[in-house]
Amino acid sequence: MVKTAYSKEDILHILRVIPDPEIPVVNIYEMGMLRDVLLTDEGCEVILTPTYTGCPAMGLIEQDIKMTLNNHHIHNVSVKMVHDPAWTTDWMTDVAKDKLRKYGIAPPLHSSCALDVFGHNIIQCPQCHSGDTVLLSRFGSTACKALYQCNSCREPFEYFKCH
Amino acid sequence: MTTEQALYKYCLRLGDNALIQSYRLSEWCSNAPLLEEDLALTNFALDMIGRAQLLLSYAGVVEGMGKTDDDLAYRRGERQFTNTLISELPNGDFAFTIARLFFTSVYEYYFFTELQNSADTTLKAVAAKTLKEVKYHKAHATDWMLRLGGGTEESNTRVQAAVNALWMYTGEQFETDKADAMLQDINIAVDMPPVKDKWNVYVQEVLLDAGISVPVADYMQTGGRNGVHTEYLGHILSEMQYLQRAYPDATW
Repeated sequence: MVKTAYSKEDILHILRVIPDPEIPVVNIYEMGMLRDVLLTDEGCEVILTPTYTGCPAMGLIEQDIKMTLNNHHIHNVSVKMVHDPAWTTDWMTDVAKDKLRKYGIAPPLHSSCALDVFGHNIIQCPQCHSGDTVLLSRFGSTACKALYQCNSCREPFEYFKCH
Repeated sequence: MTTEQALYKYCLRLGDNALIQSYRLSEWCSNAPLLEEDLALTNFALDMIGRAQLLLSYAGVVEGMGKTDDDLAYRRGERQFTNTLISELPNGDFAFTIARLFFTSVYEYYFFTELQNSADTTLKAVAAKTLKEVKYHKAHATDWMLRLGGGTEESNTRVQAAVNALWMYTGEQFETDKADAMLQDINIAVDMPPVKDKWNVYVQEVLLDAGISVPVADYMQTGGRNGVHTEYLGHILSEMQYLQRAYPDATW
């Protein structure tokens, strides 16, 4: 039997330091990926929901979780991917959206906008906050982002697509 | 056939489609006509490889022989692959790749919409996730069909040729057999005729808008779902499986 001195809340708190490997200003809790922690006789199980099915960052996040908890002397850590319900950008916290904006990435609109995949939603420039922006490319450096340009300040920027 | 055997087959077919389509799209990496398109096609390939991982892992669990997604991807021969023929055809020119993506993504959009109601909780979850991604694939392919069809004489000729060549491979997507019927009886598998009707309506509408004639030939190719493939799948596997065959159990 492995007894841990940490409560579920403690562990969730510890895990909040783990950054999203592709957008390091936000952590996995703020992104809405960290769903739960289960403490059992066998150890500790961390429940994650991946953002995109093919997201290459998931393997790295799993390693980071194990390493971080091991550093706190929490062993027998397993990570379980839960796909139901599917991750949505609506799970991102307001703090995360604010951090994204400051980092230069326009945060996602509400997921209801996805009904009209490449519709006429107004995406605000994260630099000058102008709504006069234009879609350059639907796909960007990662699966979750599109490329835009601001017509007011001319700055190109990435938009985190609603999902 | 037991329910588990039928479910294994069902997951394998869906997983193989995603894996082989992903492989073909990834061949466009650094070769697409413009940078934005390079990003788009490889992003789709990434979505599909993720879907293949989920479905092949689940197939391994259902089979109960301890196989992982990697075992199923890298350690089966050509005749054991059950993807549709349309997935494995070579990329051809850009118009051919787009027309293929159009036919398959429209099918997937209606298929996964229905699979969201599956009585199997894993398939249901994969379907909900996949649908979010396939919406983008379908929208992107549709826009390109309209642009190529309504573009220059050259682009219209090429996309029409692609549609003509691919048409006889579209029917296999809607095939069903004993395994499907068995799973449909217990509300796991999708009822295909309504999916086919919706596919037909959407495809015809877009082709007409794009100034592309809808082929009338009704002869349809078949075989992939049962392991009988075109000459192209073997070549894909010889490259894709090279490392695991040359260095079995290699890890990094």
